[in-house]
Amino acid sequence: MRTEGLYALSSWAEMGYLLAPRATLVLVLLLLPFVLDLYWQRVFCSAGIYALLAIGFDFLAEYVGLVCLGGALFIGTGGYIAGLLNEYFHWSPFITIPIATVLGAGISTLVLLPCLRLRGIYFAIVSFMLPLFAGFIIIALNVFGGTEGISALDTFPNAWVELYLILGAVIVSLFALRRLVNEDMGIILRGIMDNDQAVRASGISITAYKTRAVFIAALLGCFGGAYLSHLYGWLGLSLFAMDFSILPIAACVMGGMGTLVGPVLGAFILTPMSEALRGFGQLRVVLYCLILIGFMVYKPEGIMNYLQRKYHQFEVWEEV
Amino acid sequence: MAGEPLLQVTRLSKSFGGVQAIMNVSFELAKGEILGVIGPNGSGKTTLVNLITGFVKPDTGMISFKGKDITGLPPHKIANMGLTRTFQVMRPYHSLSAYKNLIVPLNSPRVRKTAGGTLGDIDAVAIDILEEVGFERDARVPYKTAGSLPLGYLKRLELGRCIALRPEVIICDEVFSGLSMSEISSLIPLLEKLRMEGISMMMIEHRLRELFRLTNRLVVLTFGQKIAEGTPEEVMSNQQVRDAYLGTEMKK
Repeated sequence: MRTEGLYALSSWAEMGYLLAPRATLVLVLLLLPFVLDLYWQRVFCSAGIYALLAIGFDFLAEYVGLVCLGGALFIGTGGYIAGLLNEYFHWSPFITIPIATVLGAGISTLVLLPCLRLRGIYFAIVSFMLPLFAGFIIIALNVFGGTEGISALDTFPNAWVELYLILGAVIVSLFALRRLVNEDMGIILRGIMDNDQAVRASGISITAYKTRAVFIAALLGCFGGAYLSHLYGWLGLSLFAMDFSILPIAACVMGGMGTLVGPVLGAFILTPMSEALRGFGQLRVVLYCLILIGFMVYKPEGIMNYLQRKYHQFEVWEEV
Repeated sequence: MAGEPLLQVTRLSKSFGGVQAIMNVSFELAKGEILGVIGPNGSGKTTLVNLITGFVKPDTGMISFKGKDITGLPPHKIANMGLTRTFQVMRPYHSLSAYKNLIVPLNSPRVRKTAGGTLGDIDAVAIDILEEVGFERDARVPYKTAGSLPLGYLKRLELGRCIALRPEVIICDEVFSGLSMSEISSLIPLLEKLRMEGISMMMIEHRLRELFRLTNRLVVLTFGQKIAEGTPEEVMSNQQVRDAYLGTEMKK
């Protein structure tokens, strides 16, 4: 039997076994920017944004039981807050991004709060519609640059800051959430997913915990949005685009739901692929769907669940 | 039964559309008592549990617990006051191991407050509680995934989830259903022990013979109304109760 928990620290082989996949992932991600040219570095950055959204989606769907299609809401809210602060107050991105992350997550959570009672498909529909609302409000009132958007926002000092800021965010959120789901709070959230009635009968307010979970996922998304508007120095209605709600799901399905790392992998495969298929124009959506269907039919567990299963088959039998 | 009742239900009513699920039901639960609630299927027993524990809001009537009005409070507030319940349909947190199931109630404000902020090793506390409700520590049952446990253990886990809250009242919604005679026989001493420790209980049951080993006071419901109350002998000899269970005799 493979040693568990703290006892894994007792041997180098065990530690290596546990560390190897994690270290490989982090190293590959950290070194990748060096082999990419300028164009693909940009793609790498947007893959990072999708990865953040995908981790958030996976966390809410598999550890809280909320199917949240609010990716566009998070990106839009975060992006507009950061961009507007930069436009009107001329604050540097390193001030606007933290503010937009926290404030945006707060606003998104407040907006989603009334729907937290809904479950399953109903919550999904409402969270999917909210970014559309936001877009129409901006058009109707003609505020925040209206349909034109606002351009010439401050960008990052250089490409390395761009690359490693998003990469750092992805790696930190991945390991932080991985840890959180096994802490007491994560266990309560999983309890809510399995049987919310029993959680309520155990003296715990499910609304309070769901709110915190949505806030955490919104933090990731809003950071991505704030980063995005400074990456291109532009904010506009396309920050509320449906892609931000849909692509993360595709990344999760492909990478493996419930693994948290799978969605990251999925995002870093799907986003470049989507770029490579740019030549096909609108047809790439079709290709996209085909890939999704292919995964759902032939490998519904996703890449990561498959790899983890195979990796654990390598275990060494030991006397306990 | 001297003094103030622990739980007092007064003229409680609830209807769902045209169906009167509970009509004018009143009763009391004293401290350290095990009260049985029986009645044929569809008589409103589970609705009564849902009303008392805050899962369903009553139309009229009042529920008071420890002298405080708890009518209309949300379930988690009521649970934090020390009134909790088991569920008729066993749905544990199936993806978690058995002892992790207890981490949820152990994080409730009630437990945190009584423990003075910190519980120390919360996992150890959870495993101790599981041992208390009859999980064999040596067989590593507490570490098994809750979804893989047999029904007998699930019932014990459900009780463990309640005990973890250190409650004053547990409402058991058919804990004996689906269990074999020997499983029930091993569960009865546990319930008896909890009562000795000062936990009052209200037991919704269909298994009357087993219930009578625990309680000496019963409330009988039919079609949402209380038709009888008293000792098992009184209740069983009551003509209305016999009619409700066996049907009325045909008039020749």
